[in-house]
Amino acid sequence: MSPRLRWRKLVSGFMLTLTGVCALVAVSVLFLILGYLVYHGGTSISWNFFTKLPVPVGETGGGMANAILGSAKMLLLASLFGVPFGFFGAIYLAEFSGATTAFVVRYAADLLNGVPSIVIGIFAYSLVVHPFRQYSTLAGGFALGLMMIPITLRSTEEFLRSVPNDFREGAMALGASKWKTIATVIVPAAYRGILTAVLLAFARVAGETAPLLFTALGNQFWSSGWTQPTASLPVMIYTYALAPYDDWHRQAWAAGLVLLGLILVINIVARAILSRGMAVPRS
Amino acid sequence: MITFLFAASVVLVTVLLVFELWQGSVLSRHKFGFNFFRTSVWDPIFEQFGALPFIYGTLVTAAVSLLIAVPLGIGAAIFLAELAPARVSDTLEFFIDLLAAVPSVIYGVLGIFIVVPLMRQYIQPALKHSFGFLPLFQGPAYGVGFLTAGIVLAIMVIPYIISVSREVLLSVPRDQREAALSLGATHWESTWKVVVPFARAGIFGSIFLALARALGETMAVTMVIGNNPTISASLFSPGYSIAAVIANEFTEATGELHTQSLIELGLVLFILTFILNGFARLLMVATSQRGSRLGHP
Amino acid sequence: MKKIAALLAIFLALAGILWADSSLSITGAGATFPYPMYSKWFDEYHKKNANLSINYQSIGSGGGIKQVTEGTVDFGATDGPMNDDQLKAYQDKHGFGILHFPTVLGADVPAYNIPGVTVELNFTPEAIAGIFLGKITKWNDPVISGPNKGVALPGDDIVVVHRSEGSGTTYIWTDYLSKVSEEWKTKVGKGASVNWPVGLGAKGNESVAGTIKNTPDSFGYVELIYAIQNNMPYGRVKNSSGAFVKADLASVTAAAAGAAKSMPDDFRVSITDAPGKTAYPISSFTWLLVPAKFSDATKRDAIKGFVKWMLADGQNYTEALSYAKLPKEVVAKELKALNNVQ
Repeated sequence: MSPRLRWRKLVSGFMLTLTGVCALVAVSVLFLILGYLVYHGGTSISWNFFTKLPVPVGETGGGMANAILGSAKMLLLASLFGVPFGFFGAIYLAEFSGATTAFVVRYAADLLNGVPSIVIGIFAYSLVVHPFRQYSTLAGGFALGLMMIPITLRSTEEFLRSVPNDFREGAMALGASKWKTIATVIVPAAYRGILTAVLLAFARVAGETAPLLFTALGNQFWSSGWTQPTASLPVMIYTYALAPYDDWHRQAWAAGLVLLGLILVINIVARAILSRGMAVPRS
Repeated sequence: MITFLFAASVVLVTVLLVFELWQGSVLSRHKFGFNFFRTSVWDPIFEQFGALPFIYGTLVTAAVSLLIAVPLGIGAAIFLAELAPARVSDTLEFFIDLLAAVPSVIYGVLGIFIVVPLMRQYIQPALKHSFGFLPLFQGPAYGVGFLTAGIVLAIMVIPYIISVSREVLLSVPRDQREAALSLGATHWESTWKVVVPFARAGIFGSIFLALARALGETMAVTMVIGNNPTISASLFSPGYSIAAVIANEFTEATGELHTQSLIELGLVLFILTFILNGFARLLMVATSQRGSRLGHP
Repeated sequence: MKKIAALLAIFLALAGILWADSSLSITGAGATFPYPMYSKWFDEYHKKNANLSINYQSIGSGGGIKQVTEGTVDFGATDGPMNDDQLKAYQDKHGFGILHFPTVLGADVPAYNIPGVTVELNFTPEAIAGIFLGKITKWNDPVISGPNKGVALPGDDIVVVHRSEGSGTTYIWTDYLSKVSEEWKTKVGKGASVNWPVGLGAKGNESVAGTIKNTPDSFGYVELIYAIQNNMPYGRVKNSSGAFVKADLASVTAAAAGAAKSMPDDFRVSITDAPGKTAYPISSFTWLLVPAKFSDATKRDAIKGFVKWMLADGQNYTEALSYAKLPKEVVAKELKALNNVQ
């Protein structure tokens, strides 16, 4: 073997090992994050954390019960708002629209998707908070819902499109109307993918903090109804992490673990649903 | 058609958003004009608002993050696409996708409690010791600053680079690799000189995507950047980014001009991410078209 | 599909009924300076009045002024009184005015984290101004070490920490610096949000305290209770009579003594650099901002009820958190002024 060839082979082996190291580094970051959260947060999770309200500054023993409920309420609102728009919009794109309208709608959705979450916060503030002079759960839910729409829309559209045309033709041949076809044949065929899309969108907005700063504000008590400011897990994590109190730091770790745990579980479940389903392309 | 209404409202809401940003910044746009981008003074008392420190901070942190994330990300993507057996590749990709799902505020918490002390106690002094002659690594080691924010951002954007690059690398037709190998190239040579250039457009697309994400990041950045509107050559210096200043000052900007200047910053950020996302999509479409034109299924 | 929709509708209706209970919720926002006090007060008041939750968010005095002017919160809180322009803006926007009600007395203390130094340092006005102007950069600078003979100060760079957002605590600090340093007055000025020559920005008293605690060689200003609650060393400041005074209940009360007698009707007064041998020079009142008119009578009565309680029973909670009580004359004057809230 010539020395040149030996050198090239050496370089090849070295560079390829290096790429392996890169991959290892990237993956180990995830485990480091999880490890830290489990270590710091695991020791701080207590019954108090889930059931108690925050206590006055400087005292210990408080919890984040109101933040958990607040996040749950806003995520529910976000889904109720975002999913129908994404879902029905996708049906329009996949089944009804012409090429130009489809382009415009998709472009708008991609635009909305790329908007930084802080700018969504500004928008939600000027649309919902400012005119009604009220920080509210509704405003927070609206901001999060806005972020769910493009994700749901694009993914659902792809899954609907991937349903083979024979399904549509078969249904029409049997005399089904357009809507009946969609409702009873196409959507059920693509339901795994749609569910996955919704779950992933949900997990994405569950961790968002910036839009909530200007919409839901915060609350140290229970937030009654839908038109009062409310605490939320991500905002509490942010506030507590920056503060000097050790008790608050512990609670921030615990909340981080709960939040990340929820998001990761949803992600894993969503991908499991997808992989078990029919051979639909990944978006 | 009902569904048309739903689809149309998506377009409407997006248009409304752009309109609100434009209208909401009318005062500051008229008062400062293009000087907004050239002034570096941000003084709420004397009502002088210049965007330069924030644009600088946003770009510098994004640049640092890409400098770290791009080599690591492309390297990892090459490994996953070329070397790893399919099962290993899929499993690792699964974990990397999970990394992309971690919320920004959690990166921020980890930044504050783990990265910042590490930077302040070990990494910054070490850099100062070895490379202190460069203006990049001068100044006191605060722990927070441009470099720290860049590092945290790098961790956040690596998953995007890896997953998109891996897909485009996988979609390069087999014949390309085989042709290179049959001409006597080593594995690395065929990868680096044939496959990667073939997928070049898509890889650039992933970088633009990562850049767009890095520019818009709010929470993690504001927790580790130092929140000081400074323009400095040193990476150790505290700085400020557009998203961070909006998050910190929006709820309390007294005076219409202050609020509208912040909204104008939001508009700037929006336009930047809009352009980058546009480029990214174009590039990724270009790659896939190239692949399919050559007969790849 | 239809079943799911029906179930969802029922669920929402139930949720709406269950969650829209009869309790009254009032929202206020503003200063972080008195936040430990307010969070204690509102918690105690809620225990006494289970149907009333007063939700106070500490977003900074600037935020308090802005949001109460916007009308997005029911009351505000600030340690930097609204200036005439801001009062006029409020009047123009709402058609009625907004009233200041002092609640407690507090102090901005110079807190630091210097490796190896656990004693109380003495700071002159020149030292503080010099550090914050960026002219004094090292801990062992003669201006700092002069009044601190016998303390081994390192030659490290000082890490200045200040507020990143509009803050009453900043207003108090810069108000003091403008009075004692001509250079500060012309270069930077006083305000809730200034163009800081140097330093790291942190959001809220909480975060400044957190940053100082975590950053060696740091120096910043926080409200007294934050330094105490976090076991952070803080220094004495030289007052106008030449004595180095530490912030505590006595010295803060002494600073307010003069103002108590000559309190203006709108309660806007500055007591920084107050005369008196035992007065702490960086003290201040902190105010609630209450609109002069409420369209909702229940909210108005609830807030007035709270203020009355705050001026009486509430004052008994202050000293445990190192805030000084309001002087008696001020309390009497406030009770009278409360009648102006309609």
